Amino acid sequence: MAFLFKIHSLSAGYGTDVVLQDVELTVSQNDFIGVIGPNGGGKTTLLKVILGLIKPQKGTIDFNYSILRQNRIGYLPQMSAGDNTFPVTVTDVVLSGLMIQKGIVARMSVEDRKRAKVVIDELGLNGIKKSPLTELSGGQLQRVFLGRAIIGAPELLLLDEPDNFVDTSFENDFYEKLHQLNERMAILLVSHDVGTISSHVKSFACVNRKLHYHASPEITNEQLSAYDCPIQLVTHGKVPHTVLEKHD
Amino acid sequence: MGGTIFQYEFIIKGLFGALFASITAGLAGTYIVSRRMVFLSGGITHASFGGIGIGYFTGINPVIGAAIFGILSALGIEYLAVKQKIREDSAIGILWAFGMAVGIIFIYLSPGYTPNLMSYLFGSILTVTIADIFALGILSVVLILYFGIFYRTILYISFDEAYARTYSSYVDVFKYITTALIALTIVLNIRMAGVVLVISLLTIPPNIAMLFTKTYSKIVIGSVVTGFAGTVAGYAISYFAGIPVGATIIFTLVVIWVILKLLNQLMKKHI
Repeated sequence: MAFLFKIHSLSAGYGTDVVLQDVELTVSQNDFIGVIGPNGGGKTTLLKVILGLIKPQKGTIDFNYSILRQNRIGYLPQMSAGDNTFPVTVTDVVLSGLMIQKGIVARMSVEDRKRAKVVIDELGLNGIKKSPLTELSGGQLQRVFLGRAIIGAPELLLLDEPDNFVDTSFENDFYEKLHQLNERMAILLVSHDVGTISSHVKSFACVNRKLHYHASPEITNEQLSAYDCPIQLVTHGKVPHTVLEKHD
Repeated sequence: MGGTIFQYEFIIKGLFGALFASITAGLAGTYIVSRRMVFLSGGITHASFGGIGIGYFTGINPVIGAAIFGILSALGIEYLAVKQKIREDSAIGILWAFGMAVGIIFIYLSPGYTPNLMSYLFGSILTVTIADIFALGILSVVLILYFGIFYRTILYISFDEAYARTYSSYVDVFKYITTALIALTIVLNIRMAGVVLVISLLTIPPNIAMLFTKTYSKIVIGSVVTGFAGTVAGYAISYFAGIPVGATIIFTLVVIWVILKLLNQLMKKHI
């Protein structure tokens, strides 16, 4: 599979703060990488560097522009509750995912609206396509924002903790949806829930200032601690959660 | 009825003033209500009073003084909040009082009698000139073109600024331009409704419209229509009752809002 981008000896952060250091990562077509690590470890920063929202302090990202044009990255930001009172409908939000391909004088064509309809149907949002966001549940909102991320038919999809607001009834559907999308695009999935996503992703990237790539969906506590990645490894069923000590 | 020139001028000024006030206030008001910028806009309004005072003192047209003060304070607040990490509400509160203080000091220092001070605080159709109406008319055209041409861009930046930054490098440019246009809207409407009351002219109509729709473009249209109806009714009542026009308009708009809100809740219960 052709590579989409290569990150080489990259350091990034805010001001003089270094959040990520000497990161190496290659992402190829059809990858499905679970990005895990402790809070403040640099997971969101990694996504922001890939999106070009912050510039690397050091190192490079080489995009394979023959496949991955700048407008071919879909992004689902971390969602915060309670800021969705803005008067905008589901269809309008999904359409906003096309803005990356348009200029400042953006007009939505009949073709664009058809694409929005396809995405809305695909995500089971047809019944609420004209509803304002205020009337939606957390799971519905998450699907609307997923719709915004995928309407542009991206080659790469970046998801920042999408499981935070997904209700359990929708969780299986959600990951099933990601499987289908993965046939069309590479996915980077930031998550806390290693146990759940391990049955969906193809590999892991453990991010805690450094990045350790783990080329298999199976990961053990021992491996996590070897990667200096102190996170919860939650198993299914009534097994007590394990919180790993940070290794010095 | 004599039908004097004075009466015709009053009616013409009233009707066109109401039309342009409701167009500008509807467009700017929907933006500030949706983005929760009402307090910021109140700050801009009161800060611009400083410009009115300096205008009196120096003999410059107070509206021009207010426009400069209003735009600079609006951009200043945005800048302070974003770049200097000062709490936005504190910055607004300080600028709010500072503008009023500057205005009062300079009006006090101005030589001679200042008869129009009350009209700036509470609005007066009698002191509104044809030039004021003309300026509001031009601003209406500018706002319609601006929001019409850049509708999607402005809508999506307002809705989710962080996401807009992932695809556009013009987010700040649009924010500054829109804020400056809102400052202009406020300042030009001060002649109608006054420093103290103008913010209601921007906030009540969108809130009336939002009782019936949650779509941005429909809220704009609803605001313009209700704003026009309320303003014309307010003019008429103020004319026949002989009470100040700014206060009458705001009072009328709030009464409309309360009645429709109650009706709306009653209807919801019975469906």
